[in-house]
Amino acid sequence: MKTWIAFLNILKKDIQNYYLKPPNISWGIIFPLSWTLMQLIRSSGGINMSDIRTLLPGLMAMSVLFGTTSMLAVTITFERKGRSFDRLLLAPISLNTMVTAKLSGAILFGLFNAFVPVLFASFFIDLAGTNWGAVLLAVFLIAVTSTLLGLIIAVSAKEVFEAQTFSNFFRFPMLFLCGLFLPISSLPIFLRPISYLLPLTYGTDLLGEAILGAGTLPPVLCALILLVFATVLFTLCQYNIRRKWIL
Amino acid sequence: MSTRDIVTVTNLSKRYGDFMAVNDISFSISCGEIFGFLGPNGAGKTTTINMMIGLARPSGGSVEIDGIDAVNNVKKAQSIMGIVPDESNLYDEMDGFDNLCFCGSLYGMRKAEREQRAEALLAQFDLTKVGKRPFKAYSKGMRRKLTIAAGIIHRPDILFLDEPTTGIDVESARQIRHLLLELKQSGTTIFITTHYIEDAERICDRIAFIVGGNIVANGTVSELMKSVSHGYAIRLTADQNLEPFADDLQQYFDGCTVKVNTNHEVTLLCEERIPLSPVLQYLDRKGISVFEAKEIRPTLEDVFVKITGIEAEKLKKEKEKGGMAK
Repeated sequence: MKTWIAFLNILKKDIQNYYLKPPNISWGIIFPLSWTLMQLIRSSGGINMSDIRTLLPGLMAMSVLFGTTSMLAVTITFERKGRSFDRLLLAPISLNTMVTAKLSGAILFGLFNAFVPVLFASFFIDLAGTNWGAVLLAVFLIAVTSTLLGLIIAVSAKEVFEAQTFSNFFRFPMLFLCGLFLPISSLPIFLRPISYLLPLTYGTDLLGEAILGAGTLPPVLCALILLVFATVLFTLCQYNIRRKWIL
Repeated sequence: MSTRDIVTVTNLSKRYGDFMAVNDISFSISCGEIFGFLGPNGAGKTTTINMMIGLARPSGGSVEIDGIDAVNNVKKAQSIMGIVPDESNLYDEMDGFDNLCFCGSLYGMRKAEREQRAEALLAQFDLTKVGKRPFKAYSKGMRRKLTIAAGIIHRPDILFLDEPTTGIDVESARQIRHLLLELKQSGTTIFITTHYIEDAERICDRIAFIVGGNIVANGTVSELMKSVSHGYAIRLTADQNLEPFADDLQQYFDGCTVKVNTNHEVTLLCEERIPLSPVLQYLDRKGISVFEAKEIRPTLEDVFVKITGIEAEKLKKEKEKGGMAK
């Protein structure tokens, strides 16, 4: 019970202090909207509403990726710099509970970001035929793995600007390598193995299957691979946290 | 006061590469006492406190807090600790009341209980009026007081304070000293690091001096005083020139040395303690009217300087400079 009280209050504090701030909410809305418009305008033959459905899996995956990685990395680095993070390290709750509470805030923010494009799309296209259960699972798993990538960055970064820079170092290559807007099959052969080493590839494929019925890998396999990524990343984070935060 | 030890530190060491930050130190703290930890910058105070509270891993040795192995069972030990760092580390965006409630929740306190306790602490620390103001709008003294309140919201058995009165105004520092004594009265054990030697002398039951990672002295204030005491001194101030009587005084009080401070002030230094009355009677017979006679005792500052070789004023300035820079 005591652990739950601490967990819920860390989560509530993060949501109130960081995620519900107007700049973050507007980022969650403006970013997917502007990306959609950009994709529609650049598509040959002018704006075609049916393209929105094709863009949706990539757009959702990208919104989650950008929303989660930088937010967690920045908030943790910010708290560590101001030493308020020590307060959490000194609380009589396990490191796993504390880290999971921090991750949960970012995951929820990722889920919110993912469904902003869906909300906009629903005004223009019919989303019938979408496997919403699979969409939710895919978005959740993308959010978990992206948040853990953010945590890896947070453990290494000492300054907020470092956290931002490291986040981009991960994110921008993933935009082009994970099949978000460019099929992996169209990538140069030497780049394709790298694509399959990135969790977002499997998340995007799972979303593509759930929304367009156009996945290239079996959905169960994608979900399992994402779970393996999440477990490995969490273990790596735990190891790094114990090594770098408790000196 | 109970004499049971609540903290036992044994052969504690911390090495960073080739640098030995803390070198095989041992001490214990009795239940209900205020234990002061004094030393210059880089002496190993913060490293020691960090190892005791679980923010740093010792390279060797052990820390036992109320029977709990605080190195290997740190979370259990943390549940009975309150920690007040040298810099206020609450959340700038949250108000004072919410900050206290959040800190209470980290110790598993339920909503009603932590809200009631937060209100009581705001009142106790004279912060009720600013309880709903964001923490970032607090003055330095208020920030310090709220940080201490956050450290005791869960009623810890032992409170660790790192430099609690550094860089704050005189009135807030006085209030904090008063609050610490109140906490001691209520049975809380307090471990405090400070560079204000006079603060330590006023409130600490026992004090350890740490220099270069080694504890160079440890004892009650009177024990430390005794360790460096080299005789007794009486300072006499009169309304007439005392210089011509210096030799007479020295002859009369055989074995004493008379030091002329000014024309009107002399100090009588003796190996053995001498009562004041014979001195005053002698001067009265000589027709000297003494308007002040004072037995001079060594201060903790004298003890610190003697043991560590560090000028107390230099230590204070060094620390305040560091504090301002933060």
